[in-house]
Amino acid sequence: AAGTPRPLPSSGPKSLREMPHPLATSSMGPALSPSPDLLLPRGIADKDLSLPSGTPVDTSSPASSSSLLNRLQLDDDLDGETRDLFVTVDDPKKHVCTMETYITYRVTTKTTRAEFDLPEYSVRRRYQDFDWLRNKLEESQPTHLIPPLPEKFVVKGVVDRFSEEFVETRRKALDKFLKRITDHPVLSFNEHFNVFLTAKDLNAYKKQGMALLSKMGESVKYVTGGYKLRSRTLEFAAIGEYLDTFSLKLGTIDRIAQRIIKEQLEYLVELREYGPVYSTWGGLEVELSEPLEGVSACIGNCCTALEELSEDMTEDFLPVLREYILYSELMKNVLKKRDQVQAEYEAKLEAVALKKEDRPKVPTDVEKCQDRVECFNADLKADLERWQNNKRQDFRQLLMGMADKNIQYYEKCLTAWESIIPLLQDKPETK
Amino acid sequence: MEDCLVKKMEITVSEAEKRTGRNAMNMQETYTAYLIETRAVESQGEGQCAPVDSLWRRYSEFELLRNYLTVTYPHVVVPPLPEKRADFVWHKLSADNMDPDFVERRRIGLENFLLRVAAHPVLCLDKMFYSFLTQEGGWKEMVNETGFQLKADSRLKALNATFRVKNPDKRFTELKHYSDELQSVISHLLRVRARVADRLYGVYKVHGNYGRVFSEWSAIEKEMGDGLQSAGHHMDVYAASIDDILEEEEHYADQLKEYLFYAEALRAVCRKHELMQYELEMAAQDLTSKKQQCEELATGTVRTFSLKGMTSKLFGQETPEQREAKIRILEEQIQEGEEQLKSKNLEGRDFVKSAWADIERFKEQKNHDLKEALISYAVMQISMCKK
Repeated sequence: AAGTPRPLPSSGPKSLREMPHPLATSSMGPALSPSPDLLLPRGIADKDLSLPSGTPVDTSSPASSSSLLNRLQLDDDLDGETRDLFVTVDDPKKHVCTMETYITYRVTTKTTRAEFDLPEYSVRRRYQDFDWLRNKLEESQPTHLIPPLPEKFVVKGVVDRFSEEFVETRRKALDKFLKRITDHPVLSFNEHFNVFLTAKDLNAYKKQGMALLSKMGESVKYVTGGYKLRSRTLEFAAIGEYLDTFSLKLGTIDRIAQRIIKEQLEYLVELREYGPVYSTWGGLEVELSEPLEGVSACIGNCCTALEELSEDMTEDFLPVLREYILYSELMKNVLKKRDQVQAEYEAKLEAVALKKEDRPKVPTDVEKCQDRVECFNADLKADLERWQNNKRQDFRQLLMGMADKNIQYYEKCLTAWESIIPLLQDKPETK
Repeated sequence: MEDCLVKKMEITVSEAEKRTGRNAMNMQETYTAYLIETRAVESQGEGQCAPVDSLWRRYSEFELLRNYLTVTYPHVVVPPLPEKRADFVWHKLSADNMDPDFVERRRIGLENFLLRVAAHPVLCLDKMFYSFLTQEGGWKEMVNETGFQLKADSRLKALNATFRVKNPDKRFTELKHYSDELQSVISHLLRVRARVADRLYGVYKVHGNYGRVFSEWSAIEKEMGDGLQSAGHHMDVYAASIDDILEEEEHYADQLKEYLFYAEALRAVCRKHELMQYELEMAAQDLTSKKQQCEELATGTVRTFSLKGMTSKLFGQETPEQREAKIRILEEQIQEGEEQLKSKNLEGRDFVKSAWADIERFKEQKNHDLKEALISYAVMQISMCKK
């Protein structure tokens, strides 16, 4: 393991205990770690060698060796000390040009990997560039799950693309996007990713890439469409169903959360009117003046606390839900592609079986298909497992975080009310 | 408070019952009757309780009692009754007078009313009040026979006085302003509180929706299942907790309402004072003008323009006998007037004295009560947060 780089607050895997407690001051919020966590109570070691469905690893075909490699690298990451690549997205800046106005973000990289010429990089990228990266990754690693990007277009229409809130939400999502890639044992070594992190002029590379593409063509091409799948592998079917329900439930939770925020804000409006009335009343009274003022101030404090809670919900809770909803969608697409590959293989196999000619030797074409299928399956399974782990961790963190925030809110209100009781009980003589 | 009834007697409004009967227009109506129980307090507790007396009264009888008291003791700030109709309601609260929650809160309010009257140094001695508590039948007739309704001042008279009074007592004017503003601020407070309660209710109830979703979600998860299930359960509990919380808040609101109505009672005292002051001034004015007339007749000089002067010029002077007669009548009237004025002055001074004493008492009580109310409100908020 290379020398431990200066730990950035928002990158690298951290055990739950190492992560800053939500109640502690942390401007970036609890760190999100996409890697499996050694300290999770459930025996993570058990997960290493079995797939989600419990079937043992197939070590006979060549494709499985890549999945074995994946797993070995997973083991490395579990250590936490072997982190050798850290990426951060921050410092959004607005650029006003004649043709357009847009925002760029600073992408900072620190690494000890040999694939990188320098140990540190700092480049500026805009959303387009992230989009390009994602497309490139999808093209070059179609058997893997590429994390989702935040939405390209603003759906609500009225939202200001340049508002601080919007930019900050997007920045966080982009940061998460890169971190997930960073933590992926295969994707993080992708050359496009490397260029994205390091190139001073990305546009030049993009153009170059286009030219190369037309010349060489992609190394792995997958045919889409045309083949009907006979029977979906059970485990993938189950995952497909799971994802359907999962994204449905998340969607509902998202709607409920938004409704709650809305109700909370309306409550806040009334509360803001409520407090000052006590103040007015206090102005009328003599003896009761202080207590009433106290109540007024107390309500004011509760207002502030509620405002913070709503902000936290909007900034931390909703984006995670959105990300996983997007994840579910893209995963279903990848599953479809896999189905296509399998269908192609099965169709070709069937065609061969019907021919009854070259029986001693199976044509290489069919062999290639078989390889593709098995490779796809293995990669996908590994990624799905990783995804499941991440999902568990992310949601655990999310829900605990929200619970904590709510507790914090109530504690603040509690303190406010408790503090005025002595004020109310104060008899004039004791003053 | 030494001889107050409340020390000698335990008073409770213990039950409420729906009744049907025929009203004055012989139409069937449903109303609620309240059971008043009284028991003499033993000076030496031997562990033996005196027997409990009880009778049933309805809200309109309470109203009658209070009207009687306000007319009979105009210088006293008479404790208010709980509201006749449900006011300041918010979404979930029913405006129906028959609603059990409303009836329950009213029961408490009526008990409170009786206790306050019993604790008042002047009011507790009233015979009608005593018989209200003890005499089942014929009470209404007895009260009406006192003819108190005749003594009641008309609203119009009072309003007239407000505008016409020349030398209002500054203290009372200030008090009047205070009670107006108090009424206004408490109403505002109650309105906003109702809205706040409404919104808070909304927030809690929407959380309840989480319950089902989490439950459904937990069904498809393996490791996360238990956690999600319990999260869903807690959401349901949370959403349900708001009902109790807001019910408790209603008690707080009721306490505020009492003082809202108290402000009205205070205002009534001020109004009475204004009226008295006005009548005093009118009497004084009347006296002055009569004195003047007398003088004029006696001396024969017309100081100011008067119709009399005109008519005498036109139709000739009066005979000396007539004049003498007039003078005598006037002198009598003057005598009466002066006496009246004296007694009114005395009355006025007494009124002011006793009213002021009562007002001071009221202020102290109010301060004390409101502090208590605010304290319990705070405590309630705290317990809500703790939940």
